[in-house]
Amino acid sequence: MNLTIPSSQTVDLSTAIAPRDSRETVGQPFVDKARMECRDVDVSYGDTQAIYGVSLDIGSNEVMAMIGPSGCGKSTFLRCLNRMNDTIDSCRVSGSIELDGQDIYDKMVDVVPLRAQVGMVFQKPNPFPKSIYENIAYGPRIHGLASHKGDIDEIVETSLRKAGLWAEVKDRLDKPGTGLSGGQQQRLCIARTIAVSPEVILMDEPCSALDPIATARIEELIDELREHYTIAIVTHSMQQASRVSQRTAYFHLGYLIEVGATEQVFTTPQHRLTEEYITGRFG
Amino acid sequence: MSRLRTIDVVQGGLKKRYRFERLFRRLGLAAIILSLAFLSLLFISISMKGYTAFVQTFISITVHLDETKIDITNPGKAYYGSMVKEALRNALPEVQGRRDKRSLYGLISTGAEYQLRDMVMANPELIGTIQTVWVPADDDVDMLLKGHIDRHSPESERRISDKVIGWIDDLENQGVICKKFNTTFFSSGDSREPELAGIRGAAMGSLYTLLVTLAIAFPLGVGAAVYLEEFAPTNRWTDIIEVNINNLAAVPSIIFGLLGLAMFINFFGLPRSAPLVGGLVLSLMTLPTIIIAGRAALKAVPPSIREAALGIGASKVQMVMHHVLPLAMPGMLTGTIIGMAQALGETAPLLMIGMVAFIVDIPTALTDPAAVLPVQIYLWADSPERAFVEKTSAAIMVLLTFLICMNGAAVYLRRRFERRW
Repeated sequence: MNLTIPSSQTVDLSTAIAPRDSRETVGQPFVDKARMECRDVDVSYGDTQAIYGVSLDIGSNEVMAMIGPSGCGKSTFLRCLNRMNDTIDSCRVSGSIELDGQDIYDKMVDVVPLRAQVGMVFQKPNPFPKSIYENIAYGPRIHGLASHKGDIDEIVETSLRKAGLWAEVKDRLDKPGTGLSGGQQQRLCIARTIAVSPEVILMDEPCSALDPIATARIEELIDELREHYTIAIVTHSMQQASRVSQRTAYFHLGYLIEVGATEQVFTTPQHRLTEEYITGRFG
Repeated sequence: MSRLRTIDVVQGGLKKRYRFERLFRRLGLAAIILSLAFLSLLFISISMKGYTAFVQTFISITVHLDETKIDITNPGKAYYGSMVKEALRNALPEVQGRRDKRSLYGLISTGAEYQLRDMVMANPELIGTIQTVWVPADDDVDMLLKGHIDRHSPESERRISDKVIGWIDDLENQGVICKKFNTTFFSSGDSREPELAGIRGAAMGSLYTLLVTLAIAFPLGVGAAVYLEEFAPTNRWTDIIEVNINNLAAVPSIIFGLLGLAMFINFFGLPRSAPLVGGLVLSLMTLPTIIIAGRAALKAVPPSIREAALGIGASKVQMVMHHVLPLAMPGMLTGTIIGMAQALGETAPLLMIGMVAFIVDIPTALTDPAAVLPVQIYLWADSPERAFVEKTSAAIMVLLTFLICMNGAAVYLRRRFERRW
């Protein structure tokens, strides 16, 4: 998909567009075949509220991009989806987030299997200071997905192949993962995440520390991964959002302002804030 | 115009800035040179005083192991002293008179007869033969030959009379007196006789004590650091615990000695002067150091590694055990070695639990009475004999070697465990 960002002149400034101060979500936040369903999610850190009543579906085998200015709560929201916010003591989450119909904040739900189902790739590549092989094998091993060396070898190979890294590292699997280049490290982290066969992969600005060529490779990879996984990606680059995603959600100061098909959000935004953001008037 | 002015202002202040920088660098360099100078002064003065302790004067005597004096069935009972005396009389036949003879016997260490006894008991076939053996000379002879007793000072001011010096010269001319490497110093325990005193008892005592300290303080310290840093909820109780641990690190060590005396010896009834109790007391003292260093090392592990582990579904314990702890290990080991080095040099708390006693036997178990190296140094420094001066310096050299080995081990372990991320 190669979209051109519309200038403000081409946008229809009819009365249909929501005014600047409206905080109602416009667009289509809900889909039919949702993998994750979030309803009225509020998040606060101590006394400061970071997310206000976000309701959003993430459909199966789609790439959902979350965009918005810094501090708008998109990363916070993403980290709620596999309960990574649990590690922050002061963080409180209310509302419901369901994965395949199961509320992940239910008391009965254990975060360990949840995070095996909902994997995460972080902003800065963070391979373990171990060999490339050990980086991939760690997840399957702790979850008991494979016990024989042969099975683990197979998982390592398929994960690296899926992440498009196999050809580059197959001769040096025993070398440290930290010795790879930035882009390779990030693909290693993606391979590590898919080694435990998650259903959903969360990506928190996965390309912000990479050069354009490495970024392009990761974007291609995301497009390929969509076939098997559901992906939610936070990005600061609107070009990236328009290139890789099917749906886009625009966050502003903790509110979900607009959700819709990516093409529609970028060509005919229905909210004044979205329009101003994607045309570069602020952000 | 305004741009030019900025540059002028910067240029104007530049000289002052560089002057300050130069001054600061020179001060740092001066501090390092000064401390190096003091350190080398210390090392040089100790080595100069102590190196002579590694050689010892020996006298060769020709003894007749008379079968009439030794009972073959019980050779340990025989009086070997008379055989030594006979050998001395034979070596210097011109010495006559009771007092002179007694001075003559004093040339040789009292350890000589035990050396003969051990030799015979190890090899009973020697009985009835004539043997030439090197036995340690008395410490006064040793001091004279090492030049610590001035021959030209007035006779009343030295411990050896002119006559005895004459005998020693005579023996030297016969070639039966010479200096050899002092194996006794490394193989025996403490003694009242300087020529028989050795460092091994204290070294073994230090080793056992440190083993106990390491075995207790390291696992406890690492466990406490991990719990406090990774698992403990942040509330008032953990704050209080943290403050108390920091305070504990500043408690004078003699207080720990008193605690050890009251708790381990009086209450639990553990033996006095034992490395076991010493190790327990020192581990109390070392614990805060290890905990504080351990927590600092855990804090230094980048959060991205924790997130990576949690992100693929590791439980918290798995995250800590598989990723955080291995990365924090080098720092923890450094803290532990610093604590252990402190414990090695510690004297005060050990005085309280009786490790200051005069102990001749080399400890073979954790509950045997033992001394430790710093206490041995203290005891020898306190002894009046001139020969203990060099022993003290030599013991300090052994202690420093011990320390250098430990630090070397720390550097090696840190290199091995260190990983880049």
